[in-house]
Amino acid sequence: MTAAQIIEYVIKSALILIVMTAGFAYVTYYERKALARMQTRIGPNRAGPWGLLQPVADGVKLIFKEEFVPKNADKILFMLAPVITVVPALIITAVVPWGRVISLFGYDIHLYLANVNVAILYLSAIASISVYGIVLAGWSSNNKYAMMGGIRSTAQMISYELSLGLSLVSVTLLAGSMSLVDIVEAQGAHGFFGWIVWNLEQPLGFILFLIAGMAETNRAPFDMPEAEQELTAGYHTEYSGMKFAMFYMSEYIKIIAISMIASTLFLGGYLGPFISQFPWLGPIYLFIKTMIMIFIFIWVRATFPRFRYDRLMAFGWKVLLPLGFLNMLIAGVITVARGG
Amino acid sequence: MFIVELGRGLWVVLRSMFEKPVTYQYPEVKRPVRPRFKGRHNLHRYDNGLEKCIGCSLCAAACPSDAIFVESAENTDEERYSPGERYASTYEINMLRCIFCGYCEDACPTEAIVLGDNYELSFYDRRQAIYTKEMLIMPVPPGGKPTPQKVEPGKFNRSIPVMENPKD
Repeated sequence: MTAAQIIEYVIKSALILIVMTAGFAYVTYYERKALARMQTRIGPNRAGPWGLLQPVADGVKLIFKEEFVPKNADKILFMLAPVITVVPALIITAVVPWGRVISLFGYDIHLYLANVNVAILYLSAIASISVYGIVLAGWSSNNKYAMMGGIRSTAQMISYELSLGLSLVSVTLLAGSMSLVDIVEAQGAHGFFGWIVWNLEQPLGFILFLIAGMAETNRAPFDMPEAEQELTAGYHTEYSGMKFAMFYMSEYIKIIAISMIASTLFLGGYLGPFISQFPWLGPIYLFIKTMIMIFIFIWVRATFPRFRYDRLMAFGWKVLLPLGFLNMLIAGVITVARGG
Repeated sequence: MFIVELGRGLWVVLRSMFEKPVTYQYPEVKRPVRPRFKGRHNLHRYDNGLEKCIGCSLCAAACPSDAIFVESAENTDEERYSPGERYASTYEINMLRCIFCGYCEDACPTEAIVLGDNYELSFYDRRQAIYTKEMLIMPVPPGGKPTPQKVEPGKFNRSIPVMENPKD
């Protein structure tokens, strides 16, 4: 590995971190604006032009808030839990490609941080780590509501991780590879028509991934761990200041991550018209698709009320899991019929 | 089919995105109040500038939350504040106690106190919540003179209000 390569990786990693953290700030703004419009309100418009400085104002407010640790809390775990939640959210997108190859300063740069041949495994592994942060937060707070929130989130994760995994399996079967770059290229192999066929071959895959992804990110209608009406604030009841901000951050970064992964796996990722001639269009296409996915997340949040806890479990195990197997079966039969 | 119902729900939400927002940009744009809105009280004057309030304290008696305090003093033709014998030398309303029921307006024999349309009543401490006569009284109408006025004797020795039915 040459020095230039190391610098390249460092720059790419820094870029991902910056884009994810800045993206988090503006996804909160995006969500507040979109939710406001869906409720025929205007949304934040006081801080800066069109309220664009609202995330900055929120951040400054949270920094100046008191950091409070409950007396009987497990101090070390209490401090550690937000970190355990936010780090996986930040690193999960390392395997998501943003484009093909661009030439910069006479040097070919691949627009991805890592083209791992087990990227799908990496995704499912990292996605499940952040639940530890939530459970530990609930447990270390020494608060019954936080504890309930943490336990709910474990149960929910286990139920929905399976359906998420099954939808990933069907994608892997059809692409014949676990690398996200290969999966994106497999969708674009036969043009736009090929992409439609890709989604017809796993008719439930996208929906399953979307529902399981919403459960994975603890978004409404699956926001059981932080159900305000029942559990005050769930697992982060006792958190304040920057530690709370980190939970908030991980939630929104996970939304970005799941949206990016969904667009990569089912919407053709960085592919789009003229991508072969202009490779730098890749990140733009990925950005647009991610924005659409985030919009769907917000839209669903604005529309549906929260599931009841037992219905949530019943839905996960009795509906989504069989549908996931069915989807996998369809994808498998098609793969075999093709002679793959 | 419940999938169809979910879709209908999503459609309703998406459609409402393109409706006009109902928000009023409050400090810049104020929502117009209804004609009989009961906001902050005003103490009215006659066209010549004399105060309508005769200091009878009927408003204070009618007030269910005991928010009004009136102290009256004698009028003279040299220093005349209102027609008739007496005027309100002190008139205070505690806006923290007032429930904006409008009984004071009903009780007033001269239509001096009328609930206006100002609802921006916020204070930094309790003392600011007590609105004095200077704050409540309307400005002198054009052509009128400020009180106390020096008037010719015997002209304003009775307060005879012109009571009208509400027009709105």
